[in-house]
Amino acid sequence: MNPYIANTPEDVRLMLEAVGARAIDDLFVDIQPRQSPRSFDLPAGLSEYEVVRHISALSLKNMVGPVPFMGGGYYDHYVPAACSALISRGEFYTAYTPYQPECAQGTLQALYEFQSCICALTGMEVANASLYEGGTALYEAMMMAVRLTGRKKIVIDGGVSPIYRKILDSYTHSLHIVFVEVPVAHGQADRAALVQALDDQTAALILQNPNFFGTIDDHTDIIEKAHACGALVIESVYPVSLGLLKTPAEMNADIVTGEGQSLGLALNFGGPYLGFMATRKKFIRQLPGRIVGETVDAQGRRCFVNTLQAREQHIRREKATSNICTNVALCATQATIFMSLIGRQGLRQLAQLNLDKAEFLKSRLSALKGVEVKRSAPTFNEFTVRLPRNANDVIEAMMARGFAAGFPLGRYYKGMDDYLLIAVTEKRTRDEMLAYCQALAEVLGV
Amino acid sequence: MKLTFEQSAAGRQGVKLPASDVPVKVVLAAKYVRANAAPLPEMSELDVVRHFTRLSQRNFSVDANFYPLGSCTMKYNPKFTEKLAGLSGFADLHPLLPQLRGGEKYAQGALEVIYECERWLCEITGMKAYTMQPLAGAHGELTGIMLMAAYHKAKGNTNKKFIIVPDSAHGTNPASAAVAGYSIISVPSDKRGVMDLAKLKAVLTPEVAGLMMTCPDTHGVFNPQIDEISRLIHSVDGIMYYDGANLNAILGRARPGDLGFDVVHLNLHKTFATPHGGGGPGSGPVGVTEKLEPFLPISRVVKRADGVLALDYNHADSIGYIASFYGAFGIILRAYAYMLILGREGLKQTADHAVLNANYLLHKLKGHYQVAFDRVCMHECLFSASKQLERGVHAIDIAKFLIDRNIHPPTVYFPLTVKEAIMVEPTETESRETLDEFAAAMIEAAELAQKDPEVFHFLPRTMPISRPDETKAAREVKVNFFA
Amino acid sequence: MEIIERFLYTKEHEWVNIEDNIGTVGITEYAQSALGDITYVELPGVDKEVEQFEQLLSVESVKSASDIFSPISGRVIEVNEDLADDPSILNRYCYDKGWIVKIEMVDEDETSNLLTADEYRNYLASLDRNDTGDSVED
Repeated sequence: MNPYIANTPEDVRLMLEAVGARAIDDLFVDIQPRQSPRSFDLPAGLSEYEVVRHISALSLKNMVGPVPFMGGGYYDHYVPAACSALISRGEFYTAYTPYQPECAQGTLQALYEFQSCICALTGMEVANASLYEGGTALYEAMMMAVRLTGRKKIVIDGGVSPIYRKILDSYTHSLHIVFVEVPVAHGQADRAALVQALDDQTAALILQNPNFFGTIDDHTDIIEKAHACGALVIESVYPVSLGLLKTPAEMNADIVTGEGQSLGLALNFGGPYLGFMATRKKFIRQLPGRIVGETVDAQGRRCFVNTLQAREQHIRREKATSNICTNVALCATQATIFMSLIGRQGLRQLAQLNLDKAEFLKSRLSALKGVEVKRSAPTFNEFTVRLPRNANDVIEAMMARGFAAGFPLGRYYKGMDDYLLIAVTEKRTRDEMLAYCQALAEVLGV
Repeated sequence: MKLTFEQSAAGRQGVKLPASDVPVKVVLAAKYVRANAAPLPEMSELDVVRHFTRLSQRNFSVDANFYPLGSCTMKYNPKFTEKLAGLSGFADLHPLLPQLRGGEKYAQGALEVIYECERWLCEITGMKAYTMQPLAGAHGELTGIMLMAAYHKAKGNTNKKFIIVPDSAHGTNPASAAVAGYSIISVPSDKRGVMDLAKLKAVLTPEVAGLMMTCPDTHGVFNPQIDEISRLIHSVDGIMYYDGANLNAILGRARPGDLGFDVVHLNLHKTFATPHGGGGPGSGPVGVTEKLEPFLPISRVVKRADGVLALDYNHADSIGYIASFYGAFGIILRAYAYMLILGREGLKQTADHAVLNANYLLHKLKGHYQVAFDRVCMHECLFSASKQLERGVHAIDIAKFLIDRNIHPPTVYFPLTVKEAIMVEPTETESRETLDEFAAAMIEAAELAQKDPEVFHFLPRTMPISRPDETKAAREVKVNFFA
Repeated sequence: MEIIERFLYTKEHEWVNIEDNIGTVGITEYAQSALGDITYVELPGVDKEVEQFEQLLSVESVKSASDIFSPISGRVIEVNEDLADDPSILNRYCYDKGWIVKIEMVDEDETSNLLTADEYRNYLASLDRNDTGDSVED
């Protein structure tokens, strides 16, 4: 019995008769006997209940119990129930790419609203209908800047996620792109060193706000310097922070990308996530990925279609702006539902809550002997502390006390083995934070 | 229908946030703060729920409609996998946990899903190893091409410049090859719809880095000489690349590895029934034979001698990080659950019934539509609306007719090798009755094209909109409510 | 199909009108009709140097992107900015208001590689004869 196949033996008989074949095997005549599988050694199928039981058991072998204080660009925000309920509608998740606009207005309008929400967040003029995730979106933004400027040097601020940085490296091995990475100074972008690195060969300056260490910056000045060299500026952002923080458009950035997980998506062990990209209208022809546009139908009714498709792979083939033919429409729809629920005031409140709670933990931790809280620049909902011991040792001891204490910066940075990156979202309570401090004091013996 | 922004009223909010329980209220310096709040819509929860419910009702979907979109494999997506993906042990698992020192112990269940999924795919396709990281088919393709480039570099094959594709190839193939720095040579198909072997030989030089193809190809035909093509490509140390778009047709009947392919990308949302989500998220795992294994992206999931699963970053020849984490985990999980429920027999039945259903439609419709290649087809059958065009009716008009019958149209105008192409892929999950209804609608459209071709220009009639002005959309470029 | 007698043509359906060493370049009636509604013209920069028959720019319609090749070698001295605002001009007035670029010509001998109006007319007729219609096989 196979619950996903409707054809009964009688159906098969009738259909074979119609086709003029004696057996299903006859339909596979083109596969030669020598081409048969050398092996197909797989277990027999299970019942639905058996699979549910097996996979539920696997889910319990993961540790989601400890109170999470880990971020690194991926945050434990609350996902409203309405968000999950709406996205569970089969009309959304079992549809495909809206190639026939008449029977896909739901997906198309949701994506148009998504693009508009991203523009509302970032202040930019145009956005695409999403990309795979934040890291690959940054790569696409970089290639867009390379195409627009005809230059191949990239200046990258040391505050950009080291995970993203590794992605950029892998994709550019054979493309002769030169990176100049400028370490941060006192937590923020190092103006003097960046200016020195920028020149008339620079395609793009890549910045991140808040940066990987959690620090907030106003990049307006350095963006002006980059523009004076004819370079474009790419800003990678954390959408929840834009409830409060100066927008990339206000800083005059040219291309904005980011990871949209914080907009109503679960952590999901790394995916599916949501990349987004926004830019100036004059650059829209070089914007990769799908774009939904407004138009009217034959009777003048407003409607939405995939537009500017002549940029894409199925038309341009090897001349396309990118090989991408997938967005993450469902994740984008989910984020749009989240942004519609939270709204204009709600997002500001949410950002303020994250900021205030993180500041509370920061001040409590700075009272602990041996814990050095970096205070040279303001932070959003994540911050760096220096511990008197290896951060991994501390994390392990904290895990035993029921806390996922943070992310050890030594994982990606040489010489930072004692540094811990701690994130606080709206979900963390005062009591949890006080208990965290208590546990840390015990672990450090202070 | 109004946009959310047009329903917005100042002061409404659809989520209640916790009150602050800390005695801190940070006021950031003005230079760090945005001048105005982000103008997101302001709506009550009910307003949001009703809006998106109504939007969903403006979609066709597999749950509600027959969806025979050729080359896209729109099969039924089992409901139980949705439930599994929502389990807290997976949904709330932070991806950086296993990157802590010794942190793999916190994610053994998730790592097992990835590890086991890789093993299943290895056996299904005859590959040695997989990476689950690529986030869509096109991403898998790009990864596969990067592996090809890494292989040639390591072997000192500095003269490799070209990748061969059949003329029927999906547009992503040349686009991916170009992104990785290779040029394309397109080889035409012969009269049977398969790659012309003589023409392949004519372009085969030591400068060929590899060949990319689907198998069966986009004409819905299995090339009986595929192993001969592999031999030719290998004779110049080229890499055989398998685009897994059409794997559904040969599950358990043939394996890319046995046919001579060296690298494979799959689309979990096609073959393994994960939802298409209105155009993503996808998942495009890449499998390789032994000679390409050293170059796979990091991290890799490995089983240590003590049986513990761990992330392994220690591969000097790896092409590096191709995504932030370990793949679209939620999608991989669904595919794994689907494979477990089907098992060996279920996978074979998938191909059997996919191919039977397609041949059934081919025979029902071939008297009414020009058949592109008159022979047994695999999982999809390819027609042309050329007879209908004589009456001024295009493939797109047939598509619009079907919409009024609550059927999602087949793929039209692809592959590019067939004029007015109509590509029908019914998949294994559809019943004979559904196929009969579809065939009846298609035959009715063909008859109407003879009797009253004018009427097609006014179709569809039953949808909220009809025949959008795409020229206006592309000329005026309105992609943001605010600008 | 309208053809202007004094212009020269290419087999890729571009026209050039040469006056005092300056060639004004556009696309023919046949080209604009084959392309359908043009939605975007990717104009080259002024001062761009091109070789004869080299890609000069591209135009987009809803579902295609097509390269336009330069009929002559030289330097682009002016582009028709009106096309950026309203690409439909190319569809409506391909021989006058729909000119695309002006090129300062470097080699007068190149005109021998171009078609006269008569030759282009005959070429179009030969295309018609070779058009086998919409049959699928062969």
